[in-house]
Amino acid sequence: MIFTIARKELYMMFCSPLAWLLLTSVQLLFAWFFLGRLDAFLQLQPQLMQIANPPGFTEIIVTPVFALSAVVLLLMVPLLTMRQFAEERKNNTLTLLLSAPVSITEIVLGKFLGLTVFFLGVVSLIVSMFLTLLAGGTLDLGLLISGAFGLFLLICCFVALGLYISSLTIQPVVAAIGMLAVMLGFWMVDLVISDHEGWIYYFSIFKQFELFNNGLVDTYSLVYCALFTAFFLVLTIRRLDGERLHG
Amino acid sequence: MADEREYLTLSAQHIQRFYGERAVVRDLTLQLRKGEVLGLLGPNGAGKTTTLRMITGNLAPSSGSIEVCGVDLLDEPQKAKAHIGYLPEMPPLYSDMTVNEYLRFAARLHRIEKQWVAQAVEEAKKRCGLADRSRYLIGNLSKGLQQRVGIAQAIIHEPDIIILDEPTVGLDPNQMREMRTLIRDLGESRSVILSTHILSEVESVCDRVQIMHEGRMVLNEMLADFKQKGADLEAEFTRLTQNTLTTTH
Repeated sequence: MIFTIARKELYMMFCSPLAWLLLTSVQLLFAWFFLGRLDAFLQLQPQLMQIANPPGFTEIIVTPVFALSAVVLLLMVPLLTMRQFAEERKNNTLTLLLSAPVSITEIVLGKFLGLTVFFLGVVSLIVSMFLTLLAGGTLDLGLLISGAFGLFLLICCFVALGLYISSLTIQPVVAAIGMLAVMLGFWMVDLVISDHEGWIYYFSIFKQFELFNNGLVDTYSLVYCALFTAFFLVLTIRRLDGERLHG
Repeated sequence: MADEREYLTLSAQHIQRFYGERAVVRDLTLQLRKGEVLGLLGPNGAGKTTTLRMITGNLAPSSGSIEVCGVDLLDEPQKAKAHIGYLPEMPPLYSDMTVNEYLRFAARLHRIEKQWVAQAVEEAKKRCGLADRSRYLIGNLSKGLQQRVGIAQAIIHEPDIIILDEPTVGLDPNQMREMRTLIRDLGESRSVILSTHILSEVESVCDRVQIMHEGRMVLNEMLADFKQKGADLEAEFTRLTQNTLTTTH
């Protein structure tokens, strides 16, 4: 049942121009930045030769592109999550899902799965861009995989949060703006951290991503992302169930 | 007793619903027999939609119990919901989908096995006169056709109970007549609850009529008995729904 809903979500995204437009524009942006970094690398190359243990392709090109994608995705996720429950509610289609012999957990997980599969596509497009570098050298595949994995986990967190905020309202735009506000809040936390490290360090979602992007797969970060995602998915389920009870 | 229980496809006992302090449905008992078309009448705001939302599991009753084909709706919601087909007041349609895509999704959502989906979709389209609209976008269909897609969605899994909330609102007289014929057809093999505030509709399709007013059931009678008594539905409706108004105020 989860798959039925996930498939429907993917279908809905791709039968409207929104998904295609987003994918194209974002990919253009990534490609432009990627080529810029590649250019920088080629200019730096003679100097790098002098160093004993020089940073390679991966550190100079892949890591910054992933870092940029995290910020771009921060703006992109709300555009897709905002529709999920808010729009279903606005078009009265939420009733169809709620009257069907499907549990609310299945509905929420189905939507979550549909969106993560979509973003998995975004991540694999970025990765495939890096793989073209293999034509002219070798990549640090470990670092690449760790970065891609970190980006994917970050997206899972964003999507779960976006679903929750979308379940709170009937206006898709309100859901998008609310989500953006919360995400900017997390970004602020990240800015604070760069000045001084403290307990707040452990709360920054972007910090966890940065660790992955630097090739450090830390159990704390893994657990953080898993808990963050689970927490907001459970809140979404509770919110929708609460509507049935109190709404 | 056991016989009677089997005979009842839906039984809601003493259900109540509060929105905050305000009681919208009070101590309502509703029973539906197999092969019966029940007309749920009432002025606007009488609590009809709230009642139907509770019966379909969209809203939890504040108290009372609901049994669908012998399955408790609150204990085993998924099992119970499988017996119900529901067309809400606003048909739940995805305007970006074609009729076929939408019905296929509805079929899968109602747990129809993959190999039977195509057959169920064809059957539902045939019943609702949508066979030649398979590839149309739902958003481009007229109101009447959209309503039919909504009904097709409600009957696709061959439910025992079909619940239609004001299905003829916004239709032209021809479409209304077609809709009534369709409802009568459906009522031959399964139970139907039809909520409406159009009295003639009840008289032409229903077997039994229940009138709701301010959250209470004020009349529950077989239409045949009603007619035998020579009573006029409209006069009765006015008497019941205005009487209580004056006494409560």
